[in-house]
Amino acid sequence: MIVDQLIWIPVLTGLLVLVLGEKRSNFAYALSLLISSGLFFLSIYMYFLFDNALSSYQFELKVPWIDRFNINYHLGIDGISLPLIMLTTFLSPIVIYTSKTSPKNKMHQYIASFLILEGMMIGVFSSLDAFLFYVFWEAMLIPMFLIIGIWGGKNRIYATVKFFLYTFLGSVFMLIAIIFLYLKTGSYLISDFYEVSLSLNQQILIFLAFLFAFAVKIPMWPVHTWLPDAHVEAPTGGSVILAAILLKMGGYGFLRFSLPITPEASLSMAPIMITLSLIAIIYIGLVALAQTDMKKLIAYSSISHMGFVTLGCFVFFVQSSSINLDTINLAINGAMIQMISHGLISAALFLSIGVMYDRLHSRNIEDYGGIVTKMPKFSVLMVFFALSNAALPGTSGFVGELTVILASFKVNIYIALLSALTLIIGAAYTLWMIKRVIFGAVTNEKINSQSDMNLIEAIPLGLIALLILLIGVWPKPLTDMMNSTILALSYLVSG
Amino acid sequence: MLFNLSLMALIIPLIAGVLAGFFGKTIGKTFTNGVTILGVLISLLISIYLLVSILANPKLVFNQNVYTWLSIGSYKLSIGLLVDNLTVSMMIVVNFVSLMVHIYTIGYMDKDPGYHRFFCYISLFTFAMLSLVMSNNFLQLFFGWEAVGVMSYLLIGFWYTKESAIKANFKAFIINRIGDMLLILGIALLFSVFGTLDYAHIFNNAESITSNTINLSSSLEISSLTLACLFLFGGAMGKSAQMPLHVWLPDSMEGPTPISALIHAATMVTAGVFMLARMSPLFELSATALSFVLIIGSITAISTGLLGLVQYDIKRVIAYSTLSQLGYMVVAAGVSAYSASLFHLMTHAFFKALLFLAAGSVIVALHHEQDIRKMGGLKSKLPITYATSLIGSLALIGFPGFSGFFSKDALIEAVSHSSAYASDFAYYCVLIGVFITSLYTFRLFFLVFHGHPNNENKNVKEPQLSIIAPLILLAIPSIFIGWPTVGPLVFNDFFANSIVQAASNDIFGYQFTDSYDFLTHSLSGPVVYIAIFGIFISYFLYIAKPEVPERMSKTFNPFYKLLINKYYFDHLYENIFAKLFNNLGNSLWTKGDIKIIDNFIVNGTANRVGQFSNKIREVQSGYIYHYALMMVLGLALFLAWVVFKSLGLVL
Repeated sequence: MIVDQLIWIPVLTGLLVLVLGEKRSNFAYALSLLISSGLFFLSIYMYFLFDNALSSYQFELKVPWIDRFNINYHLGIDGISLPLIMLTTFLSPIVIYTSKTSPKNKMHQYIASFLILEGMMIGVFSSLDAFLFYVFWEAMLIPMFLIIGIWGGKNRIYATVKFFLYTFLGSVFMLIAIIFLYLKTGSYLISDFYEVSLSLNQQILIFLAFLFAFAVKIPMWPVHTWLPDAHVEAPTGGSVILAAILLKMGGYGFLRFSLPITPEASLSMAPIMITLSLIAIIYIGLVALAQTDMKKLIAYSSISHMGFVTLGCFVFFVQSSSINLDTINLAINGAMIQMISHGLISAALFLSIGVMYDRLHSRNIEDYGGIVTKMPKFSVLMVFFALSNAALPGTSGFVGELTVILASFKVNIYIALLSALTLIIGAAYTLWMIKRVIFGAVTNEKINSQSDMNLIEAIPLGLIALLILLIGVWPKPLTDMMNSTILALSYLVSG
Repeated sequence: MLFNLSLMALIIPLIAGVLAGFFGKTIGKTFTNGVTILGVLISLLISIYLLVSILANPKLVFNQNVYTWLSIGSYKLSIGLLVDNLTVSMMIVVNFVSLMVHIYTIGYMDKDPGYHRFFCYISLFTFAMLSLVMSNNFLQLFFGWEAVGVMSYLLIGFWYTKESAIKANFKAFIINRIGDMLLILGIALLFSVFGTLDYAHIFNNAESITSNTINLSSSLEISSLTLACLFLFGGAMGKSAQMPLHVWLPDSMEGPTPISALIHAATMVTAGVFMLARMSPLFELSATALSFVLIIGSITAISTGLLGLVQYDIKRVIAYSTLSQLGYMVVAAGVSAYSASLFHLMTHAFFKALLFLAAGSVIVALHHEQDIRKMGGLKSKLPITYATSLIGSLALIGFPGFSGFFSKDALIEAVSHSSAYASDFAYYCVLIGVFITSLYTFRLFFLVFHGHPNNENKNVKEPQLSIIAPLILLAIPSIFIGWPTVGPLVFNDFFANSIVQAASNDIFGYQFTDSYDFLTHSLSGPVVYIAIFGIFISYFLYIAKPEVPERMSKTFNPFYKLLINKYYFDHLYENIFAKLFNNLGNSLWTKGDIKIIDNFIVNGTANRVGQFSNKIREVQSGYIYHYALMMVLGLALFLAWVVFKSLGLVL
């Protein structure tokens, strides 16, 4: 039942906030913050109830929904969805909390969108029924479009439409694949799809259909160009959720659908997937180096980092003769850790950029320099997040990349070598930005009149920093949560 | 018991650093320097206690995990401590130099607004360095490796508004990251072979994989072990600034002088040398890798020393000297003389920290003047700095009886006796290097303390006690430490439980009896005389006939230009490589992403997007409720389904 509450409490709160209207937006803000924080504690409570040793779904809830098509309102949690749900419930209150620092029109609608979005995202991560999954997957997009389209920057409409077209086209193919699988199995239960026997050609078609949806979402090169645009136009909170959680749905999709349903197609498509991942890591990393807009830079950095997720999902197929269970396990764990870690780090970076944007109303790197002289406390955190983004050991950013590199080296030295280039490229684009934004002499007069971040801005950044550090210093609790599920998945993948 | 103490020695500087960072500014300077100095002092005392205990009872050496960091399937990565003779010696060196630098900083940074931040950083650095040397596995090694790198990054850029400083720290980080990438690949290679990152397991089983190979292409295969060693050494080349990854170290002098002494002379830059010794069980199995190490070390030793001859910045001269001495240490490791390499690491830590701190004393006395052309005749004005600098210089050139003499002589002895591939080349390099060392060291010494006094420096006087005291405290080991330690450390089996030497590598032709005998033995060789000869030449060139070097620079102009431009490495990296990648990134973005993907492939779609968005724009403004309504309706419908369902109404 907990999962059910996690989905619908925020949605109902969101509706309540809408009904309360603009006049009571202060009350709405307090209420939303209270409720969404409560949800985070609820998810922690769920974590303690969660049995790490089980690979099966827990907290299952199954209510028949559309009997004629055998569609069920079927929820459940396993080791892959739990950390992603916790990430969602952790970041949602933070986003709502920070909405106050940059006042907006129709604040109550803004907050309501995030609440409803939170519920939908948790729905995506906990659906065991493919149709239900699809509904949440689509429903989630609506609040996100609104957030960018209403509270976004100058070119918000262009960005929203581009975002919409990309993701919508992607989802259509996914729907077709789901319906095909339903016709084959007579069920929408995702785990039933794992059992179905398909010819290689069928597998490849299904793989491609899912791929389109997930590749856009993650996003993978070359269907990634919507992301920088969306980020640049989105308000801070929108960017945070977009980078931290929405992108993870692609990775989640690969693990929940592509790999277990079409293992043989995954095997035969692996060379392409690995190549695209390496392109993301290196090509996009170099593109990030060329950016002059901070948000674009972090957006490209996100794509580059997500390359490690897709690499982790497919790299083990290279050893096709004898796929080693340990290697699969290692690589997928790496992909998952990378997703969680990137969720935290990108959220922190976008929030940090938001803190600066609220002061100078510019995202242009050129307009900055010498921030540390006026905002020393903020700079400490910003440099910390930058170093985490550059995969410094002791931060969560390192764990995922290390694990994926270790797994890659087990299968092929060149893949490992190319992926390890991120140590240099990632450091270069992140720290070069830091050099130009945080350090240096003040050249922009406006900076001289700025004050350091206040407590209200410090709290969310501090909390995320703590979590990044915690995972970096001791990632074991995170992997313990995922181990059984990923092991079971590894068996499915290796056939 | 020892385990808990070691853990304390590791953690206390961390806690002290964090306390200083968080509360220093509010509580005050005495708190900041008090808590951090106390932290390092406790850590030092524990290290000494560990040494005494281990010497008394060698069985107390331990290798124990602290906690499991990550566990995936059958793989387990842990954080743990390995405390043996090598670890303890490094701990003492690190903590001792760190303590001196902490005390020195009280005076040196007294008026700096970043006082608390500085103490916080150097304490955290001490923690990072300790975790590097105390590690019992490759993972934690890498943690410490990168952590010291970050502290170095933050400290080089300590004066963050100075453009040269933040350029230098960025450069240092990126070049170190090249080394780190190679290191992580080496670690990944070992992991792929052994399935663990535990030192003990890997070292004990290293011999079983000597025949393992890795296919680089269908026709080319390489021994796994050799490749692993080359990768690992790649890491060492970054951190220990070996050619061609040395360019960051001279620039790192942009940081405050205390950290040049601590990080960029005594401790962090020697991490690579330490690693070579720690990995000796692996390197001993690959003659190829060792020869590579030997060659790189030799080139670094001789070529960077030459650069020291043409520099005028007091700190940069010492920095090039450090590069050259690091080359010496690497050379020693290359001929399997790890003990000599480590011994030189330790003596160098003392006398080079001394030289840097003495240089800092001069800099403070001269109100932050670093150009040696504006110094001269400071001997009588700064008597203590003068005396301690002389001690440091004599130790550096290996003057008989000084600490550097014992370590350098033992090292050269080993090289001369080696039969490894390229050891002849190395021998000549280190021999010529001795002359160059002596030349640049005394060039600096004479130009600063002798020669014509600069009129501007009339009222110069010795800085305060906290700056002078560390000089004296470091001068003592710089003179004497060689006498009692050369025997046990280099020629006896002090490091036997940490270092492996292949039986075939007989290191020294010399049978050690006592230190005095070693001294007389050395006097029969050329090294000492070359060094002393260098002092005379340097006196002749820079005091007696100062016009000679100037004329030489004109006569040998192309060579002089090569040196002044530091062999054009910076030019190559900054104007060619960095630019190349920048341009590549730019064109991938503007051509690849924007032109091809967005405008060409998505062209049709994009146009439609344009039209679509125009239409939307018409209805958009002020119609937010439409969106909201749509959303609410959709969700209401969705909710209705759920409610209907639970009421049993089938759709």
